Amino acid sequence: MNLNILKPNKENISIYLVMGVGLLSVGFIDILSNTFFNFNITRIFPEIISYLSPLLLGVFGLHFIRIEYSGNKTLDIINKNLNSSNFNAILSLIVVFILIKYLPLLLKWAFFDANFLGNTKEDCTGDGACWVFVKVWFNRFMYGMYPNAEQWRINFSFLLLLTSIGSIFVFPNKFKKYIILFLLFIFPLIALNLISGGLFGLKLIKTGSWGGLSLTFIVSAFALIFCFPIGVFLALGRRSDLPAIKYSSIGFIELWRGVPLITVLFMSAVMFPMFLPDGTYMDKLMRVIIAITLFEAAYMAEVVRGGLQALPRGQYDAAKSLGMGYWRMHFLIILPQALKLVIPGIANTFLALVKDTPLIFVVGLLELAGMIGLAKTNPEWLGMATEGYVFAAFVFWVICFAMSRYSQNLERKLSTER
Amino acid sequence: MSNIIELKNVNKWFDKFQVLKEINLEVKPKEKIVVCGPSGSGKSTLIRCINRLEEHQEGSIVVDGNEISENTKNIEKIRAEVGMVFQQFNLFPHLSILDNCTLAPTWVKKLPKKKAIELAMENLKRVQIEDQAIKFPGQLSGGQQQRAAIARALCMEPKIMLFDEPTSALDPEMIKEVLDVMVDLAKGGMTMIVVTHEMGFAKEVADNMIFMDEGRIVERAKTNDFFENPKSDRTKLFLSQIL
Repeated sequence: MNLNILKPNKENISIYLVMGVGLLSVGFIDILSNTFFNFNITRIFPEIISYLSPLLLGVFGLHFIRIEYSGNKTLDIINKNLNSSNFNAILSLIVVFILIKYLPLLLKWAFFDANFLGNTKEDCTGDGACWVFVKVWFNRFMYGMYPNAEQWRINFSFLLLLTSIGSIFVFPNKFKKYIILFLLFIFPLIALNLISGGLFGLKLIKTGSWGGLSLTFIVSAFALIFCFPIGVFLALGRRSDLPAIKYSSIGFIELWRGVPLITVLFMSAVMFPMFLPDGTYMDKLMRVIIAITLFEAAYMAEVVRGGLQALPRGQYDAAKSLGMGYWRMHFLIILPQALKLVIPGIANTFLALVKDTPLIFVVGLLELAGMIGLAKTNPEWLGMATEGYVFAAFVFWVICFAMSRYSQNLERKLSTER
Repeated sequence: MSNIIELKNVNKWFDKFQVLKEINLEVKPKEKIVVCGPSGSGKSTLIRCINRLEEHQEGSIVVDGNEISENTKNIEKIRAEVGMVFQQFNLFPHLSILDNCTLAPTWVKKLPKKKAIELAMENLKRVQIEDQAIKFPGQLSGGQQQRAAIARALCMEPKIMLFDEPTSALDPEMIKEVLDVMVDLAKGGMTMIVVTHEMGFAKEVADNMIFMDEGRIVERAKTNDFFENPKSDRTKLFLSQIL
């Protein structure tokens, strides 16, 4: 029998498997006993070796079972995906060990030792998270200071939004156009008037008391709707042959891209009113939305320009040779292709926009993260920052992940190249 | 018969490099002209000037009675009457073949959708790819794509067709199917200017041949004379190399 332990081969596969799996098991037993029973089975060795022992054992174990074309399907899959070289084996082991060591801790904190019941901080007796905090403040996190009795107005607006978006997929293509027009032009008016009130006997609710997740949605939605077309026109403007349009577009883009958002928001709240004539007034929220819209439009413009530049000149030639003018050429031929190319970039900008909304706290508007920041300073709920921000992170992640999935879906649906 | 295309003393520069020198050219309705010459001789630039995909700096270009210049307000109208087929096909990849063909007629000529579809199917039948109508350009072979591009141009019912090396990007096997369509088109009485190296095609359909070199029209002659007894030495050299 010719056993070369440096080069495991197929002939002695069973011996190598026993050795490899054995070493791996010892490594895993070591880390498991370390994590859960606080017992270090390798403590007889010097500290550094003892600390690295699971990794060393694992690497040798994985080395022994790295047999190409072993004939065993499971083994081949493991080798190909987790164990293709010594370096990859180490990476795989580190990832698995980190999960073993820290995932249970996280789960323990978030679920097993957490408190869900009760109404005050005193009800939180366990070592884990105090979700009671989120439960008690949930209404505020969602609606800010919006009066409880009027919250149906926000709910109704979002329900209307969701149903009209949903109906795009239900109704035949013929009506799609009208639903999108409704969403872009009529819905914002309805929602705005409904939420702010003042008309039709609805109680007027100042924007100062809007807040929470609903404010996140309001700011994001308006900024998303408006920054996209503005960005597209800026991108076209930057490539225009007319110097006046070209240089004002470049100036606009470079100005807004060069300034931090937080500065823009300060300016919109503090400096902008000074330029307004006396007696005129513009709502703070409106100013903030306009500021964010223009800020993100500058980024959108550069993303769209990337798409425009990626199109071959032949597409312009072909469109022109068929007698299309500038606008027809761009809206029928160039933009549909260019925008499709940059869907990932557009999604990127949109996600960044949603995640930038918490910055409006600098002008005193409190959306989700802002409300949490406020709640954690309440004397009765001190020390709840972690729970609050974990909750905020989770909510933002869900929103952004949904948007990201949607953009991937759109990319697949629109791809005609294959 | 009056000329449908007339170029007089056309000069064009790319920066300091002169690509077209003193070009004079008249084309009568239904005339077929084949332009040949070595690469870089300005053939493509010449026909791209005719529908102003390139701008000329000096001289005059008159297409169907309309002077083409910077001040031309209705350049789109002229372009709609001049069909063009490109070396790289330039189909619109985001639209099906049928939509490629109906887009310009519905949006530029304001044809009703139903009429446009009828017209498109008619032209797709003419180039023998009516069975590919609902596919996307990426799903077709090169020869089929070029035929679709010809159909797309025909859907605008142009008076003139310009071909810019239509077979240069094709596999040898597919060249014939495209040339067949072009021969058929020529026999139908279309005014055509074709930039090509396919001399067999030229002998079959061209009324006149033009040979260009270094931005000049070196020789213009009836097709037979051009091939049998070319006058200039440059033409002789070129023909001896490619025939």
